[in-house]
Amino acid sequence: MSDFTSNFWSWFIVVPVVAGIIAMFVLNRWMTEPRRKETEKPKSMGHVWDEDLQELNNPLPRWWLNMFYITLVFGIGYLALYPGLGTFGGILGWTEKGQYEKEIAAADKQFNPLYEKYLKEDLKLLAANPEALKTGERLFVNYCTVCHGSDAGGGPGFPSLRDDDWLYGGDPQIIKASIMNGRTGAMPAWGAVLGPDGVANAAEYVLSLSGRSVNDTAAAAGKEKFQQLCVACHGADGKGNPAMGAPNLTDNVWLYGGSKKTIMETIDKGRSGRMPAHAEFLGEAKVHVLAAYVYSLSHPVEGDRGEKR
Amino acid sequence: MASGHDKVETNVGLLIILTVLVIAVGGLVEIVPLFFQQSTTKPVEGLKPYSALQLEGRDIYVSEGCYLCHSQMIRPFRAETERYGHYSVAGEFVYDHPFQWGSKRTGPDLARVGGRYSDDWHRAHLMNPRDVVPESIMPGYPWLAKNKLDTSLIQKKLRVMNMFGPGTPYSEEDIKNAPAELEGKTQMDALIAYLQGMGTAIKVRR
Repeated sequence: MSDFTSNFWSWFIVVPVVAGIIAMFVLNRWMTEPRRKETEKPKSMGHVWDEDLQELNNPLPRWWLNMFYITLVFGIGYLALYPGLGTFGGILGWTEKGQYEKEIAAADKQFNPLYEKYLKEDLKLLAANPEALKTGERLFVNYCTVCHGSDAGGGPGFPSLRDDDWLYGGDPQIIKASIMNGRTGAMPAWGAVLGPDGVANAAEYVLSLSGRSVNDTAAAAGKEKFQQLCVACHGADGKGNPAMGAPNLTDNVWLYGGSKKTIMETIDKGRSGRMPAHAEFLGEAKVHVLAAYVYSLSHPVEGDRGEKR
Repeated sequence: MASGHDKVETNVGLLIILTVLVIAVGGLVEIVPLFFQQSTTKPVEGLKPYSALQLEGRDIYVSEGCYLCHSQMIRPFRAETERYGHYSVAGEFVYDHPFQWGSKRTGPDLARVGGRYSDDWHRAHLMNPRDVVPESIMPGYPWLAKNKLDTSLIQKKLRVMNMFGPGTPYSEEDIKNAPAELEGKTQMDALIAYLQGMGTAIKVRR
């Protein structure tokens, strides 16, 4: 709190606050009518309306007045214990940040041993640990569902995590790396190179790779272009390359949708899927549990399949 | 005392002046010192002024009323920092005139939404939130993708921001290049640029 540009501002707060409390007390003593005897008539304030309606100066009720003094005492106590009087931090030394850090320290003490234990465990073993998976599910619901869906089924542009089809590889260590460091998919735009017909032909060929019925002439023309432009990432057989996140085009699993229109759009304009990095945000221990949970989605423990965790 | 009482109660002008004086003390003591505090006036390390595109996006955020359902203020409670990240600090908002802290969360807090989701996600989500979050009750904003940005006011806006400070966030060069930066961009591009920059100056969790 002591980061005022000059100490003047501390006094700028202290003086009016203290003066205000004293003034309130003095004003109350000064303006309050003393108690009067039963027989005395209350003093008039000199206001008369409607012939005989008068404003009388009755003493304030005792209980009300005492409550007022109690608030003054409370205020003084508060300002002595907690920050409020300029740069004076209060006798208790309380700060908002300190309270937050205490809360965090208490939570760390409770949860860290568990996370540390999990961190030392092999991911595949952890993926069979129902307790860890419960934690993992909660983490997943909190941090992952917004893109990957509350059932981890994904959406257009956001991969499903339930099937065992992986862009970057399905080894749990690779899943962990994906969560830690994020991923950036880069499908270049080929529209300018291929032209509208070329895009349509290439799309026909891509469709044929997963066994869909296509126009053979167009697919043959598309194949030629595919062998020139696409093989570098997707491979000569179209099976993709997990090292660069190039999807397998032969398995009929589509990240952005498998209609000819969507495939043409992908070829024409390119795609730049991005998985944000979570290392700084979540820390390795939580990512470790998350990776085990994600791995478990496509590798359920025997007998656990379909059962709700 | 009765005479003094009388004077104040029967003289409206005097009553107004004295009332204003009494109330002003509260404002002077509670508000004015904030303008002379390092933590409220100095940008946190790494904080950059809004780019022309982000500034336009911010204006769309305001005009669409996003602040009615979204706050931009992570409080220092574990329940909030676990979900959103490091709690908000005053120095992150020095280039916001006015800040968009909001006062109610119908949707989640956005103070650290920058980088949390991809641009594609934001695009899909702003077109129709239910396409990516089936449970969402947020309305879609598809027209933002159609409306091109109006580039005619940006130079004036940057100059106004220079008046507010702190310092002079935009050089003459920045102001000269601003319309070109907005050329051909849609309102959605601007809003996403604004969202993706939010809260990114503080990267650590706690």
